[in-house]
Amino acid sequence: MSATVKSGQETEQRRTKGARRGRRAGAARRTRTVRTKGGLSLRLEPRALWTGLLLLALALAAGVALIGSGDYPMTPAEVIATLTGGGDAGRQFVVQDLRLPRVLVGLLVGAAFGIAGAVFQTVSRNPLGSPDVLGFAQGSSVGALVVIVFFQGGGFAVAAGAVVGGLVTGLGIFLLAWQRGIHGYRFVLVGIGAGAMLYAMVLYLLTKANIVEATRATTWMTGSLNGRDWSQVWPPAAVCAVLVPLLLCHGRALRMLEMGDDAAAALGVRVGRVRVVVLIAAVVLVSVATAAAGPISFVALSAPQLARRLTGSPGPNLLPSALMGAALLVAADWSSQRLFGADQLPVGVLTGVLGGGYLLWLLATERRAGRI
Amino acid sequence: MSRLTAEQVTLAYDQRVIAENLSVAVPDHSFTVIVGPNACGKSTLLRALSRMLKPAAGSVLLDGSAISSQPAKKVARTLGLLPQSSIAPDGITVSDLVARGRYPHQGLLRQWSAKDERIVRESMAATGVDGLADRCVDELSGGQRQRVWIAMALAQQTPLFLLDEPTTYLDIQHQIEVLDLCAELHEEQGRTLVAVLHDLNHAARYATHLIAMKDGAVVAEGAPGDIVTAELVERVFGLGCQIIEDPETGTPLVVPAARRHRNRGGRAVAGQASGEAATTAAS
Repeated sequence: MSATVKSGQETEQRRTKGARRGRRAGAARRTRTVRTKGGLSLRLEPRALWTGLLLLALALAAGVALIGSGDYPMTPAEVIATLTGGGDAGRQFVVQDLRLPRVLVGLLVGAAFGIAGAVFQTVSRNPLGSPDVLGFAQGSSVGALVVIVFFQGGGFAVAAGAVVGGLVTGLGIFLLAWQRGIHGYRFVLVGIGAGAMLYAMVLYLLTKANIVEATRATTWMTGSLNGRDWSQVWPPAAVCAVLVPLLLCHGRALRMLEMGDDAAAALGVRVGRVRVVVLIAAVVLVSVATAAAGPISFVALSAPQLARRLTGSPGPNLLPSALMGAALLVAADWSSQRLFGADQLPVGVLTGVLGGGYLLWLLATERRAGRI
Repeated sequence: MSRLTAEQVTLAYDQRVIAENLSVAVPDHSFTVIVGPNACGKSTLLRALSRMLKPAAGSVLLDGSAISSQPAKKVARTLGLLPQSSIAPDGITVSDLVARGRYPHQGLLRQWSAKDERIVRESMAATGVDGLADRCVDELSGGQRQRVWIAMALAQQTPLFLLDEPTTYLDIQHQIEVLDLCAELHEEQGRTLVAVLHDLNHAARYATHLIAMKDGAVVAEGAPGDIVTAELVERVFGLGCQIIEDPETGTPLVVPAARRHRNRGGRAVAGQASGEAATTAAS
């Protein structure tokens, strides 16, 4: 008797589970196709599209809010009016010269981290394969700290040092991980090792620094958008303008790569070349973004995963990840200003705290899913 | 005639040479099966034929020119591969996975034509997974999943189709299901199939052209009925056996010698062994 009841319950449970899965699958599957007479066709996923638009709107709204906050607060309407050419000279100065660059740097750096993170995670087939974990942040920090500690260089020199540090780290990881091509797992392991060694170098450099230099170095390493001006907007803007479209063109090939090297190669993806091209692009994006704002932690790690959960679509979700990164970073910067007062708390502290919590959640769910 | 040939290839992973001076021609419209003991180089040969492994010397020719020098997408429209292991992306549905087989026919501005849609539907119908179209691949059984991967490779619409151990990890019922499907693709759609199989009896039953390999060299090739003999099995696998007629298909059936007979070093008594075989076949 009790056995019958039990098996009945089990069937019921299985049925509801099946139905839930069916719904999820159905939702993910709905796609729209746009075709022209000339034989062109585009495949769109409405949910991914809406997610993208929503994130874009969110990023811009956070940007407007960020411009409006500070010692001289403005309403969103005033901000938009000033941005479109209205307002008095004082407002023009505050918005155009003081606050807009900060927001633009935030948007660009966030987007660069987001898309680069998506690339790293797809290539390594590992949600933890992000530039934070792979030693790029530490590499850039070493570059920046060398300039700060040994040359007492200015802002531009520090940024240049960070770019060089990031690129050299990338090159080093490539060379060490290269084995008839780049393979995801090896790349992650070598990256983690490189990160540990570079962090030791960061600590060494800090012991060599005097108190002023050490403070400056620590502030830089936290990652902050405070006091950005137009000269810091252009480098990430130029790099994003070139590399983001390049990566988007490789999005479909990356999608195939998820199924394993052989399956992708069998479908006509030039696996080795695609992987090298997208990784180089991602390394350059991360290096330049880090130079512009410091190694802001966890944006690259969390943006692709959050984007993927929102779009409900398998695949690298490159554009949604970029938009998510931009929205996350600017929203975090705005929250840190609102919560702790203008320029009190560098945004890197907030993303670190949020990202750490996210990482724990990720580890817990991945563990439950039996993947680690 | 052979569209796909390996000419004097040397196959090696780094410094470890698997095969030297190996030449193989895949007869057009055949169901070619490669067999041999573990580490004989059969999967390596298939990897070379499917351009996953570049030969250290010699070359693999597709339609008369080196496969490695042809554009990757063009090759992918002629030659399909079912790899030994592929990863289904998290949460992907059957129809989305099968649709990925259309990749070599698509471009940035031609992402999903009406033809793509029709072929995906046909591929799912041909492999019997059309009823699973909206299901997540993660929740399917091993046999269903293998059929989905085959459907994906079918959607590629290639005249040549290579399969690397398509029946590994499947239970007997699903093994036969997958092999029947392969035979169907070969007979009804006229595709050239090349498969690596572990089971000699499956190979003898389904292949129209059998290639037996040992230590990186081809020991024998031809129709299973012509080449599968007790001597060949002994030479390739080091296993004493009898060959009887498969009661279902008339193809050679390999019956390994029983342990007590092997221990004596002699061949099994004919009547007794074939009697055992008949019981096995009947059950």
